[in-house]
Amino acid sequence: MSAPASPQAEAPVVATALRHKDLLGIADLTPGEISLVLDTAEAMKEIGARPIKKVPALRGKTVVNLFFEPSTRTRTSFEIAEKRLSADTLSIAIASSSVVKGESLVDTALNLEAMNPDMIVLRHASSGACHLLSRVCKSAIINAGDGTHEHPTQALLDAFTIRERKKTLAGLKVAIIGDLLHSRVLRSNILLLTKMGAEVWVCGPPTLIPTDIRRFGVQSTSRVDEAVADADVVMLLRIQLERMEGAYFPSLREYFTVFGMTEARLKLAKPDVLIMHPGPMNRGVEIASEVADGPYSVILDQVHNGVAVRMAVLYLLAGGVEHEETV
Amino acid sequence: MKRLFRGARVIDPASGVDGFVDVLVDGDRIAQVGRDLPVAGVEVIELSRDHVVCPGLIDIHVHLREPGQEHKETVASGVASAVAGGFTAVACMPNTTPVNDNANVTAYILGKAAAANLARVYPIGAVSRGSKGELLADIAELHHAGCVAITDDGHPTATALLLRRAMEYAGMFGMPVIEHCEDSSLKGDGVAHEGFTAASLGLRGIPGACEALGVERGVLMAELTGGAFHVAHMSARASIRAVRKAKEAGIRVTCEVAPHHFTLTDESLQSPIPYDTNTKMNPPLREAADRDAMLAGIADGTVDLIATDHAPHHYDEKNVEFDRAPFGIVGLETAVPLAVTQLVHAGHISLHKLVELMAVGPAKLLKLPGGTLREGAPADITILAPDMPVRIQASRLRSRSKNTPFDGWELRGGVVATIVGGRTVYVNDAATVALS
Repeated sequence: MSAPASPQAEAPVVATALRHKDLLGIADLTPGEISLVLDTAEAMKEIGARPIKKVPALRGKTVVNLFFEPSTRTRTSFEIAEKRLSADTLSIAIASSSVVKGESLVDTALNLEAMNPDMIVLRHASSGACHLLSRVCKSAIINAGDGTHEHPTQALLDAFTIRERKKTLAGLKVAIIGDLLHSRVLRSNILLLTKMGAEVWVCGPPTLIPTDIRRFGVQSTSRVDEAVADADVVMLLRIQLERMEGAYFPSLREYFTVFGMTEARLKLAKPDVLIMHPGPMNRGVEIASEVADGPYSVILDQVHNGVAVRMAVLYLLAGGVEHEETV
Repeated sequence: MKRLFRGARVIDPASGVDGFVDVLVDGDRIAQVGRDLPVAGVEVIELSRDHVVCPGLIDIHVHLREPGQEHKETVASGVASAVAGGFTAVACMPNTTPVNDNANVTAYILGKAAAANLARVYPIGAVSRGSKGELLADIAELHHAGCVAITDDGHPTATALLLRRAMEYAGMFGMPVIEHCEDSSLKGDGVAHEGFTAASLGLRGIPGACEALGVERGVLMAELTGGAFHVAHMSARASIRAVRKAKEAGIRVTCEVAPHHFTLTDESLQSPIPYDTNTKMNPPLREAADRDAMLAGIADGTVDLIATDHAPHHYDEKNVEFDRAPFGIVGLETAVPLAVTQLVHAGHISLHKLVELMAVGPAKLLKLPGGTLREGAPADITILAPDMPVRIQASRLRSRSKNTPFDGWELRGGVVATIVGGRTVYVNDAATVALS
């Protein structure tokens, strides 16, 4: 699962391809591989700025977007990325799939597999669903979000967006605030940012902080001012309304009072702080509209960069430069 | 017909025998245990000094799945699995379809067991009708039909009041109440031990306190009623602590631990196979401190017996997303190698103590015939080879289901033969013993 040994033993490993069958999570990537994805995404971003936004890199490849959970942003982003690389692509959403007829995930995947696709992009409500598919499928599996486990392309696009503005990830203070317990974005971001040398702070009500979170190598607090103080990046996570029923916190109003990101709170951060949110946002719950729409917000940049980052992932998993000499 | 077993170490904790003596079986009974017993007119079975002859092992926590879930296991396949694992008797849980909450279901199970004619089968009845937690099951009727205990296993007894009534009522018949200890609100929809591993894998957690709260509740009800309370499949260190304190206070509480809980930790959910549904059981595999507490409890006598919680599931049911898979693994055929390797060879307990935990303790709790090689006892005998190398192969299990996380494990300690009522019901192909 690790990158191949470099011929120059002492030199830093420069990865030129993702030598993985799948992208199941950030957990499987080395810092070198993460940098490779981000570097490749820069080239891909340039393609998106051309009048003709299409290259033949994945021509003749079949990519299936298999989405068992509703998703607008991620699915659209993958579809656009696939089309810009000239892949033949189709999307299957849960409502139109045979799952409603009681077919198991494995059977659904094996039936798709029988039609010989090259890649399956999977979004599923169960943590580990991508690992299950990876064991039964020859196709490359790309995790587009599995339960509360990982959402690796989100973390990669977040890292790309940060790096674009801050030039590096190492040494930055990144505060991630919100529902930590149920967030796959959190897990992928923690893994990526700590691998790349950032100082990660996580913050939320104690009821929504996973057990032993510090063992991930992060600082944990329920005092939002402490998390935001001198932060280079403040990332807000979505608060889901149904969490109130689980007695995680009393009300959305109280959540906003204690944890909501307001302009006043943001004054504690660095003057050039970046405000990020993986979407979809609850304005007035985890983030005040003035902050979401304000000068520090890079929330739409994240969405914009998502296409380039997913193009990079698709391209590299398909073989990268070993497969195709030019983009 | 008389048969004499000689040449092996005989361990019979109940009569204090531990040494190289002969065991004479007459028909379905133990006739005599002693040195240099006469061989005239007796079939002599020569065993090796590496063999151990002990009272037949008894597993009091087995899901035989029949009636109603025969795709997972039947009474016949379950007892075949039992004798291959060295068990001469099993007690089976009532969460069948329908639930064993009346004498008809009990009689049905016993009929199937008689037809299979391998291990002895002792049904356990439900605490409540349909195990729904509302009305008491017909407990007297269950007792008279052959049930040896009651439980709503699979779930905790619904309320403290019902548990109290069950203990009071079952006490009339000297039956313990076996409890799946769990606080339903703390379990929620959890699927794994609440800890770093579950946090990493994004799995909903079940804290150890969830089980310990159930243990504490049962201990209080046992103290209140004077009833016999048995904690099933214990997994959390706080539960061991609760049982230890209750025993010191003289409360009638006993407990069991399953091999997977003294062997594995929740790290097995992550590697070698991430999200392996054969590592999903309830209670869940917990962290190292809990596993170590199980080992300590076994060594210091807090734990009364080992039981497998043999829970067969069809591979279709396990070949799904982790959070959708049913809880449980098969255990009958892996218990001896795991216990001998993890407990005896690892130095936690002696072989003598292991026989207490796997034969004497279970027989005592459920007041079963067996658990000893005393003269006149049923000739239920297990012959072990503690140093035999064993490789677990899921595909070769006798159980109808193969859901084990131990596939491919290399262990030390095997079963040579299993004898029920003087009849040899299992001989290991790998052992070179002339037994028929």
